[in-house]
Amino acid sequence: METIKDYNLTHLRELEAESIFVLREVAAQFENPVLLFSGGKDSIVCLHLARKAFYPANVPFPLLMIDTGHNFPETVDFIHKTVETLGVRLIVASVQDAIDRGLVTEEKGINASRNALQTVPLLEAIEKNKFDAAIGGARRDEEKARAKERFFSHRDEFGQWDPKNQRPELWNLFNGKKSFGEHFRVFPISNWTEMDVWQYILLEKIELPSLYFSHKRNVFERDGSYLAVSEHIPMKPEEKEEELIVRFRTIGDMSCTGAVLSEATSIEDIIQEVATSRVTERGTRADDKRSEAAMEDRKKAGYF
Amino acid sequence: MENQEQFDSGGYLNMELLRFTTAGSVDDGKSTLIGRLLYDSKSIFEDQYEAIKKTSEQKGEEYVNLALLTDGLRAEREQGITIDVAYRYFSTPKRKFIIADTPGHIQYTRNMVTGASTANLAIILVDARKGVVEQTFRHTFIATLLQIPHVCVCINKMDLVDYKEEVFEKVKHDFKAFASKLDIKDLHFIPISALMGDNVVDRSERMSWYNGQTLLYLLETIHIGNDHNHIDCRFPVQYVVRPQKTEFHDYRGFAGRIAGGIFKKGDKVLALPSGFATTIKSINTFDGEVEEAFAPMSVTITLNDEIDISRGDMIVRENNVPHNSQDLDIMVCWMNEKKMVKGGKYALKHTTKDTRCMIKDVKYKLNINTLHRNEEDLEIGLNDIARISIRTTSPLFFDSYKRNRNTGSVILIDEGTNETLAAGMII
Repeated sequence: METIKDYNLTHLRELEAESIFVLREVAAQFENPVLLFSGGKDSIVCLHLARKAFYPANVPFPLLMIDTGHNFPETVDFIHKTVETLGVRLIVASVQDAIDRGLVTEEKGINASRNALQTVPLLEAIEKNKFDAAIGGARRDEEKARAKERFFSHRDEFGQWDPKNQRPELWNLFNGKKSFGEHFRVFPISNWTEMDVWQYILLEKIELPSLYFSHKRNVFERDGSYLAVSEHIPMKPEEKEEELIVRFRTIGDMSCTGAVLSEATSIEDIIQEVATSRVTERGTRADDKRSEAAMEDRKKAGYF
Repeated sequence: MENQEQFDSGGYLNMELLRFTTAGSVDDGKSTLIGRLLYDSKSIFEDQYEAIKKTSEQKGEEYVNLALLTDGLRAEREQGITIDVAYRYFSTPKRKFIIADTPGHIQYTRNMVTGASTANLAIILVDARKGVVEQTFRHTFIATLLQIPHVCVCINKMDLVDYKEEVFEKVKHDFKAFASKLDIKDLHFIPISALMGDNVVDRSERMSWYNGQTLLYLLETIHIGNDHNHIDCRFPVQYVVRPQKTEFHDYRGFAGRIAGGIFKKGDKVLALPSGFATTIKSINTFDGEVEEAFAPMSVTITLNDEIDISRGDMIVRENNVPHNSQDLDIMVCWMNEKKMVKGGKYALKHTTKDTRCMIKDVKYKLNINTLHRNEEDLEIGLNDIARISIRTTSPLFFDSYKRNRNTGSVILIDEGTNETLAAGMII
C-alpha cells in the first residue's frame, strides 16, 4: 500500500478505506441490501470497492439495473459481462414495462427523456424485493443538491428524500435504523470527486465500457452538446447528422447523455482531459439543465 | 502491490487528504472565502461560474457572488442562508481537500458539531472591522470541544480596514486572551481579504508587514500525520467474513477499520469482551497480505486461535486495554427538537457496537458563549451542550474522546423515531 511519510495514507487509499467501511456497515446493518448498477464508472467503482470489502467472500448483495429501454448497447453488454465474471445476481427493472402497465407516462416533445421515469420502476423494485438499502455511486461533487447528501440517506415509505430534515451524521457512526417499509440510500463514494474516480480506475486497472474512450460516432448538436443519433431521439429538421470522434464523460440514458469531442483513448488521456476541462461532467447532462433545482426535485421524489 | 508503487503518472500517488471546516458569523464572508479557494485553485468549472455570474447579474450585484456556489438547496438560495452542512471538494497537486461548510447562526450549532466531527482543521473567520465577537468564541469552543487538531483564525475583510497591521494584531491579541481558556493544540492567524483574494491563494502585496504563510499554503503543508492515534491499538470488529468457498473453507476474517494504534502480524492481542488472548495470524486486504495496519485503514484480520468474536467486539493489544464500564460521563450536543428526558432510555452507537442507555443525571448545561456551567436550568434541548452521566445496558470498551476520537465518541438515537438525537464525547 502506498504510504507517505510514516503512517499516513494517500488520498486515494484514505477514500478507499472510508468507502470500504461504509459498504461493510451496509452489510452489517441491513438485511437485504442491493447495489444500483448502471454500468457507469461510479457504480463500477462501487462494485470494485465491494469486492475489496468482503474479500475473500463474494459481494453479499445483488445488483439492480434500471433499464430505460434507451440504453447504449455497449453499456448493456458490459453489465452482462460483469455479472457473469463475478457470479453476482442481476435484477432488472424496466421503464418500458412501467409505461406499458400505465404506471408512468412517456414524456412528449423533442427533448423527451426517460431519465426521470426511472424513479418509478426503481422504487417498485425496492418495494417488491424488500430491499432495505440501495447502494448508489452518487458523489457530492456532482451537483449542488447532492452536496447535501448523507452517506446513509433515509427514505420514507414513499421513497422520498427530505433534505431539510436529514439525520446529522457524525464521526463514522452511521445510523441505519428505520421503520418498516422505509429504506436507505447509501453512497459509499460520497467524498470522491470525478478526478479521484479516474485516478482510482487507473491505479486499480478497473475495466470500463468502451463508451468512455474516444470513438467514431454519428451525432448531432443540440443546446451545445452532442447527442448520439439513435431511433430513441427524434431530430429536428435543422439538426444535422455528422460523424465525429467523441467519447462520453458520463453514461446515462441515451436521450439525455451528451458526448464530448475527444481524442482520449486511454485512462491517462482521460485524466489529462479531465484535469484541463473547464466544464463539469454533468454539463453534458440534459436532465440537470431543466431548472436550477432539477436534481433536488428528482431526488426528493426518490431518484438516485 | 509492487508494480502499483512503481507506477507513476503525475504526482497523485503522493497526495494526502485534509478535511477542514469553516465557521463564521452570518456576514463574515465564509461562503466568499470558500468560493475564493475554489476559484483561485481553479476548481470551479465554466458552467458553474457562468451560472453564478448570471444569478449575480440578475440580482444586480457588483461582483460575481462566489458565495452562490455553496448554496445547494432551493430554500437556501431563496433565503440566502446555508441551512445544512454541505461538503465541497478541491485539490492542489499536494493535497485533496474536503470542506465541511457549516452555517454559523446559533440555531445551527448541531451542524457545526457535525462538520467538526471529522475535521483535521478548523478555519475561524473574524470580520476585521468587528474583531472578536461572541460567535467567534462559540465557534472556537466547538472546534476544541470536538478536538479538531489545528485551528486557523482568518481575519477577513482586511481591505475594509486599509490592510492595517494594528487591526490584525488587536484581533490576534484579543483572540489569544480568550483562547487561553480553551484547549487549542495548534493555532495560526492569517490576515486575508476573501473578496479581493489577499493571502488566500496568492500572497498579498498590500500587507507587506505580514511575513507568514497564505491560507492555501498552510492547508497544503500543515503536518497531519499525527492527527490519528498511532499508540493505542484498537480494532472494533465490524463484520465477520466467512467465504462459502472450498479454497477458503476454514477462513474466518474479522473485517474493520483500525481505530487506533499500529497492528502487526504476530502481535499478541486480546478479544474483548471475552478477554481471550491470541496472536494475529494475518492482516488481509484484497490486494494481498500486509505486515502492519494503522488508522484509518480498512483491513481484515485473522487470528491464530478460534475464538468467538462478532460485530461490536474489539481487538486490542494485550498490554494496552481501553476502559471498560457501563457508567460513563459524556459531553453531549443535543441535536433534536425533542428535549432530552432525564431517566429516559435511548439507543446508543459506539464504534461498531449497538446498545442502549439511560440518562442517569445531568451535571450541568454549558453556556457556550461564556463557558458558565449552569447547574439550575438542566432542561436540555436543541443545540444545548451539557455534561451528563449515562448507564449502558452492556459494558463499553472506550477511551476518552481526548485520547481517541474514534473510540471516545457515541451517538444517541430515539428508539421511537430512529432519529439521531445527540453527539456524545466521552470524558
